[in-house]
Amino acid sequence: MTLSTSRRNFLKMSGGVLGASSLPLLKIMPVQAANKDVIVAVTGQTINSLDLHRKGTNRASYQVAVNCYDRLVSFGTKEVPGAGLSYDYSKIEPELAESWTISEDGLKLTFKLKPNAKFWDGTKVTAHDVKWSFDRAVSVGGFPSVQMKAGGLVKPEQFEAIDDETFVITLAQASKLTLPDLAVPVPFVINSKVAKAHATENDPWATEFLHKTPAGSGAFKVAKWMPGEQLVYERNDDWVGGPLPAAKRVIVREVPSPATRRALIEKGNVQLSFNIPNKDAKELADKVDVYSTPIENCMHCVGLNYTFEPFQDPNVRKAVAYAIPYEEIFQTAAYGRGAPLWGGPEKIDSIQWPRKSPYFTDLDKAKELMAQSGFASGFSVPFSISLGLSDWMEPTALLIQENLAKIGITTEIEKIPGANWRTAALVEKKLPLHLENFGGWLNTPDYYFFWAYKKGHLFNSSNYMNPEIETLVDETLHMPMDDPKYAPNIMRMFEIAFEDLPRIPLWQPALNVAANGAKDYEFWFHRQLDVRPLKGT
Amino acid sequence: MSPRLRAILMRLVQAIPVVIGVVVISFLLTRALPGDPAVYFAGAAADEASIAQIRESMGLDKPLPQQFLNYVIDLVQGDFGQSISSGQPVIDDLTNRLPASLELTLTALILSCAIAIPLGVMAAKKPGSLSDQLCRILVTAGVSLPTFFTGIALVYIFYYLLEIAPSPLGRLDFAFIEPDSVTGFYLIDAALAGDWETWFAAFKQLILPAVTLALFTLAPIARMTRASMLSALSSDFIRTARAAGLNESRVTYGYAFRNALLPVVTTLGMVFSFSLGANVLVEKVFAWPGIGSYAVEALVVSDYAAVQGFVLSMALLFVTLNLVIDLTYSLIDPRIGFDSK
Repeated sequence: MTLSTSRRNFLKMSGGVLGASSLPLLKIMPVQAANKDVIVAVTGQTINSLDLHRKGTNRASYQVAVNCYDRLVSFGTKEVPGAGLSYDYSKIEPELAESWTISEDGLKLTFKLKPNAKFWDGTKVTAHDVKWSFDRAVSVGGFPSVQMKAGGLVKPEQFEAIDDETFVITLAQASKLTLPDLAVPVPFVINSKVAKAHATENDPWATEFLHKTPAGSGAFKVAKWMPGEQLVYERNDDWVGGPLPAAKRVIVREVPSPATRRALIEKGNVQLSFNIPNKDAKELADKVDVYSTPIENCMHCVGLNYTFEPFQDPNVRKAVAYAIPYEEIFQTAAYGRGAPLWGGPEKIDSIQWPRKSPYFTDLDKAKELMAQSGFASGFSVPFSISLGLSDWMEPTALLIQENLAKIGITTEIEKIPGANWRTAALVEKKLPLHLENFGGWLNTPDYYFFWAYKKGHLFNSSNYMNPEIETLVDETLHMPMDDPKYAPNIMRMFEIAFEDLPRIPLWQPALNVAANGAKDYEFWFHRQLDVRPLKGT
Repeated sequence: MSPRLRAILMRLVQAIPVVIGVVVISFLLTRALPGDPAVYFAGAAADEASIAQIRESMGLDKPLPQQFLNYVIDLVQGDFGQSISSGQPVIDDLTNRLPASLELTLTALILSCAIAIPLGVMAAKKPGSLSDQLCRILVTAGVSLPTFFTGIALVYIFYYLLEIAPSPLGRLDFAFIEPDSVTGFYLIDAALAGDWETWFAAFKQLILPAVTLALFTLAPIARMTRASMLSALSSDFIRTARAAGLNESRVTYGYAFRNALLPVVTTLGMVFSFSLGANVLVEKVFAWPGIGSYAVEALVVSDYAAVQGFVLSMALLFVTLNLVIDLTYSLIDPRIGFDSK
């Protein structure tokens, strides 16, 4: 055979040639663009574990929990104008659960499991497996337990398997967040018989075993995982959690260089490039299909720390808000991808969040406000950004620095290494002027305010504290969205937030995905690739 | 025991303090890195309790001397620890990635030697001639073009425009299955298995990154060959040889070249070692799962075990490499007594 051997005729000829391999399923891996059964996706991130609950598992690995495991419920799908498909927060759909009921007082959730749901090894998915998996999620600590807590799920005693197909959750407080929190990647259902067989005294939750060997009931199995190189998914034909995926095999290949990823997707050698830079998204838009979905409940913003004296002056804060060159930042740092969050109406008229702030670029107004403040002669302040997020933070900070100098605020840009950023910005909350980008998985404004505007909470990097916000958030967080007090409470929060300005919204970032030979990509709040709906074209 | 074997053993014994030094320094340096890995790996939404749990599971809650002791005890048992960023035991990562880097670097070096040494010799034979100028241009270009630029330019030309190179997707296109691991070198493993399809596929993937790296390593080798050839050709023994009427090729290759080879081998050793660690950018562009990008990523997130494992394996590699180079010296120049070193 010669150099001209194409992949297609190689595959026709191969058959037994590759006998050396020990993985019979992978002997022939057909991958040309014309083959609809196989989709190849490239990403710059690396998957470091197949078990989301394990300590040290990174974000990119969450996709395994999504694609290989089932939850009790999932979210529906909706169409986003101009950006393809997206999950639908307002619609909860069954995945492993066939149906569920919520007691009158909202404290007891009873789930009926699908009787035909099977794990990959053929055994039935029972309520005992669900109980074991939920116990695990609230017991292992770290991020999984924090996320479970957001839905009011804190201890194993809350979960009960009545019989094989009936599972009951008991809550201490009724909350609108519980059901959506069951649809996030964390509370996935593990084959407890397999896991328990590999549990040890030091590792009762079998994290070492599940780290490399998933045991679930999900739409895809892991056919092969080469850390740092690729993950190969293979369809589970017996999946009952939803419509059977169109692709038989999905290969997720790690390609660190964005330039290489761009060449690959343009050439059509891969069908999907996940999480591409804004610049590529803009430039590729007329060559291949590009989906830029604004990330729900997430915004890039400027943080003004209340412990820094000049920022305690409302006029200074507003001066900064009027000095920011929003449009220029949006075009330079985001290449116009995402949604602008400035120049909104003066009066809050809806509970939409993230929403446009009433501020816009007006240097004269900014100068006027500075003159009225107690710092008319200006001041200097370090402007901190994270090196790990420098792709958008650096251009943004430079543009803001330039305009702040015009109103008498001199800034020096301080770049903090990624490993230190969280400690400095979120834990010690010591950065006077900085950029921040919290996004909440659960898509309600009060959930965002809970994390980012409440005193002492993690993403409140501005040390902000307002007694009215404290009461409003506590009162609203678990309140059903159709409660008559819900909308007025939320709108009042917005008013205070825009008046007090601990965070100045810049824009709502987008998650960019390029497709060339694949369709029906769906955006998810967890910002990882859900390969289940993908279809080859 | 032959004197040579004893000398080699002596050298290995002498390497022990070096390795101990590396173990201590790499431990201290990683601890001196800014940042708290426990906080980083706990994830953005973690609370104090879960960070403390992670710190404990990583053994970072103990005092430094005890951490060091635990590390050394594990190391003696052959346990390099667990990399948190890749989620794998460090030893697995190294055994997977080191061969990938070695295969790339060795191929590149063979390629660059094949070009640089004849070029250097040609340039030295006729200084100021056309071939000398050609050598100068190549050398200057090789040094001044950064590898990520050459890499991307080659991908753009040969993959994107001309479509003759395969997709820059790492060591093997996904249509193929990697050969059973014997050495970890795909070319060797595929040849051992007699699987020439895979061999050819792996070879095609190797060409562009190897050329990129070869262009970069070409410069020091060509420069050094030229310089040492020049000084060799102007030495007394060459004049004597010429006066004795020996023919030109015998003078050039039999006498001058062999004498000029010593500094070239030294340079080769140095080039090999720095390119092994420094081809991070080539690895990134070609999605090559090598050791350089692994180490850099581990360093960025303060993944102690991975950084220490990388430094230690590099140190061991250098010790071996230096030994091999010294052995080569005595082969090239019998006057150099190996055991006197």
